[in-house]
Amino acid sequence: MTPGQIINDLTFQAATVNGSGSQSANLVLTRAIFSMGIPVAPKNVFPSNIEGLPTWYQLRISARGYQARKGDPDVLVALNPATWASDLRSLRPGGAVVYEESYSTADARDDVDYFPVPFAKLARSEIRHETLRKQLTNMIYVGVVAGLLQIPFDRIEYGIQRVFQTKPKAWQPNVDAARVGYEYWRTHFADRQIRYALRPMQGATDGLMLIEGNQAAALGCIMGGCTVAAWYPITPSSSLCESLSAYADRFRVDPVTGERKMAIVQAEDELAAVGIAIGAGWAGARAMTSTSGPGISLMAESAGLAYYAEVPVVIFDIQRVGPSTGLPTRTSQGDVGFVSILSHGDTRHLVLLPGTVEECYEFAQAAFDLADRFQTPVFVLSDLDLGMNLWMTRPFSYPERPFDRGKVLTADDLARLEGRWGRYRDVDGDGIPYRTLPGTEHPAAGYFTRGSGHDENARYTEDAEVYARNMDRLARKLENAREALPEPLVDSSAASPVGLIAYGSTHHAVVEARDLLAEQGLKVDYLRLRALPMARSVADFVAAHERVYVVEQNRDGQGYDILRLGLPAELAGRMRSIRHYDGRPIPAEAITRPLLELEAVPV
Amino acid sequence: MSTVLNRIGLPRDAYKGAATTLCAGCGHNSITNHLIKALFELGVEPHRLAKMSGIGCSSKTPAYFVERAHGFNGTHGRMPSLATGAHLANRHLVMLGVSGDGDTVAIGLGQFMHLVRRNVDCTYIIEDNGTYGLTKGQFSATADVGSVQKRGAVNTYQPIDPCAVALTLGCSFVARSFSGDGKQLVPLLKAAIAHRGTAVLDVISPCVTFNDHDGSTKSYAYVKEHEEQLHDLSFIPFFEEIHVDYEPGTSTEVVLHDGSHLVLEKVREDHDPTDRLAALRLIEESRSNGRLLTGLLYVDERMEDFATRERLPERPLFSLGEEDLRPGREAFDRLMAEFA
Repeated sequence: MTPGQIINDLTFQAATVNGSGSQSANLVLTRAIFSMGIPVAPKNVFPSNIEGLPTWYQLRISARGYQARKGDPDVLVALNPATWASDLRSLRPGGAVVYEESYSTADARDDVDYFPVPFAKLARSEIRHETLRKQLTNMIYVGVVAGLLQIPFDRIEYGIQRVFQTKPKAWQPNVDAARVGYEYWRTHFADRQIRYALRPMQGATDGLMLIEGNQAAALGCIMGGCTVAAWYPITPSSSLCESLSAYADRFRVDPVTGERKMAIVQAEDELAAVGIAIGAGWAGARAMTSTSGPGISLMAESAGLAYYAEVPVVIFDIQRVGPSTGLPTRTSQGDVGFVSILSHGDTRHLVLLPGTVEECYEFAQAAFDLADRFQTPVFVLSDLDLGMNLWMTRPFSYPERPFDRGKVLTADDLARLEGRWGRYRDVDGDGIPYRTLPGTEHPAAGYFTRGSGHDENARYTEDAEVYARNMDRLARKLENAREALPEPLVDSSAASPVGLIAYGSTHHAVVEARDLLAEQGLKVDYLRLRALPMARSVADFVAAHERVYVVEQNRDGQGYDILRLGLPAELAGRMRSIRHYDGRPIPAEAITRPLLELEAVPV
Repeated sequence: MSTVLNRIGLPRDAYKGAATTLCAGCGHNSITNHLIKALFELGVEPHRLAKMSGIGCSSKTPAYFVERAHGFNGTHGRMPSLATGAHLANRHLVMLGVSGDGDTVAIGLGQFMHLVRRNVDCTYIIEDNGTYGLTKGQFSATADVGSVQKRGAVNTYQPIDPCAVALTLGCSFVARSFSGDGKQLVPLLKAAIAHRGTAVLDVISPCVTFNDHDGSTKSYAYVKEHEEQLHDLSFIPFFEEIHVDYEPGTSTEVVLHDGSHLVLEKVREDHDPTDRLAALRLIEESRSNGRLLTGLLYVDERMEDFATRERLPERPLFSLGEEDLRPGREAFDRLMAEFA
């Protein structure tokens, strides 16, 4: 090993034009490196566009397994003339850039290594596959990068087979194209060392797999018994229902009759999508919809209906940047405040906050149980970073528990009760009433569900006391749900006066930030919030620390506000807020920098 | 005193609901009574009936019939999506949507059109009075050009005809009737309920408080004077033998999927209810002549309904359990291995 060389710790970035097929090339590199036992964390930074605009693929390679984004790249492939100048500026000092040799380096910086490659010429002379030439050009850079980073070529071949798993015909043309790049490196650059290199590792990725959060959530829906899904296409949520369709094709179709044990409806808009899900939930199916920012706004009215009429439904919000259309292809945690009280009037919701792809899978299942048990909408708040990027995870567990269908009275139950029941009567004192499903064959089964004021027997009323009593019961029901939700994960092992609170995908930056802070002599404890309304143990955590920083990816500190409102007044003053909201996934330094600055301020 | 029972042994009273809270003389109350008659005579099992509605005077009416049935009074203009979801969850429910002109062709036009487009097995009744009653008399989108509001304002906008909209979308059952014409409406209601697919039934229903005056084209007097019937109708349910008297050559028979028959006797001319273009032409001709065309405009009994096209099993989705819905451990492990 060359002295000073950095092994298995770098950020690779490919700057290309979207629609050019670079995604496959980037995945080949990712799979090749992952197969060397080296932890990987890819991030797509893509435009809201089909073809022709700049797109970036950032691959974090970290021996310690960090999965948060790490800012600027160390190794760059620049194949987009439109962003060439700014891409080059973003490279860290000491980094290496592979670029189309025709690009101008007239006023280029002198603190990076240049590797010009005549991609266009090579593509014309070396790639005989006319129709695939554009796509295969990207594989040339895979070969060059393999050489530079010392990735064995057989790993590239493996990566190609893995990415084109279902298209064996594509293997050879892609391997040939990658070899063109690899040979170019051998001929022109083999004698040049760069600062970064990759070496096979042992033990860092054993048993791990790569999956996107939306795929994981879709699989959770399948295992959670979802039978009706309705959605309207919207980035970054679409891939959830598309994955669900693929799993339904695979697992829910009777091979003999062709019958489908799942209905997936592409609705006309999000108003209809959530309406279909609520209608199905009312009739007893486990039903879901999935959307993002603008769609969540459209679903507000129906969310209140389902809350007030007490209809189980699961709503995934794969958050993107707002307000309004915002940045449709960038990530955010900007919906947490809105969603927790989505709809007019006194509406409150159960909100699950998965922080890992494994939790996308687990919480998707849990959401259906919770919705049925508490007869209310359950929101699962993921985000673009978690949902649309690949993450390392241990394989998911096969569910051991049966579905929890909640309090549903059958015809036999009604016969036993001699028909005496009331849809909104709090029989058990937990605020959760009993329901019957349409179609139940008993004369007393039917009742009238409505979004207007109703009494214990679901009859219309505008009576002041009856209204208030019902609203109090609803509040009690959600209060009781608090401790049934995924509990916060607490690590107080540092016994520090400083605590961190985060939720969702911010988790991964916190993991790294805590290590970085510890290296600088500041150990911090950590609580990861996994649901709203928050568990009572959050107050214990805050009480045990002098200063508590809430880290999140939105401008207004929405989680910070929710937490402070939920804490005893004497604790609220301990809370501080760290916010990251530029649309890119939060890096660790966006936590360490402000935290150290704030810690320097005397209390 | 003996009580008449229907084929499933229930008296007519079993199809009644709570007392109406609508204005005395409201056309909607007549429709409710005709619905009770139709459901009773068809012998629909109350527990299988799902009464769906949105917001408005019309949408209140499901509380006034078949008390025993389940009902869902949702949000304004969103009943079609709720009905679609409920139907997917349990395709054995008899879906009956009751809506109004505001609920259907103003705030709910999008969902109405997509319900029709999907051919969800559902009867969709529009209690159409051309006005917003609950908010005290504003024009709706079905109000005719030149209609006069109670306080004198004149409507200058073109009306949206829900039947024409449904026809252009390929709706599998389109009819229009009048709340005061039980002789025509009851057989149409029965046929709509027996039909498999979306059955749109636009029922002109005068609003006695805000729209039953001389300037309205949806008043009792106006409709009675301008109504033009396509056919005399008889509905013969699948459980009864056909015995009607009609002149050969002057009647048409439509066989519904459950074996029921709709017999159409010629009144004005021989409209073939399977000819969609003819239906559109007749609507347009009547409108330009200042007439209101009623009767069965179009029916297509061959079109697959939504649940069938989606290949849903006979066993309702809501009733499936873990063993039906979760892939087995081996299949799951194989899937996990594909991500490694």
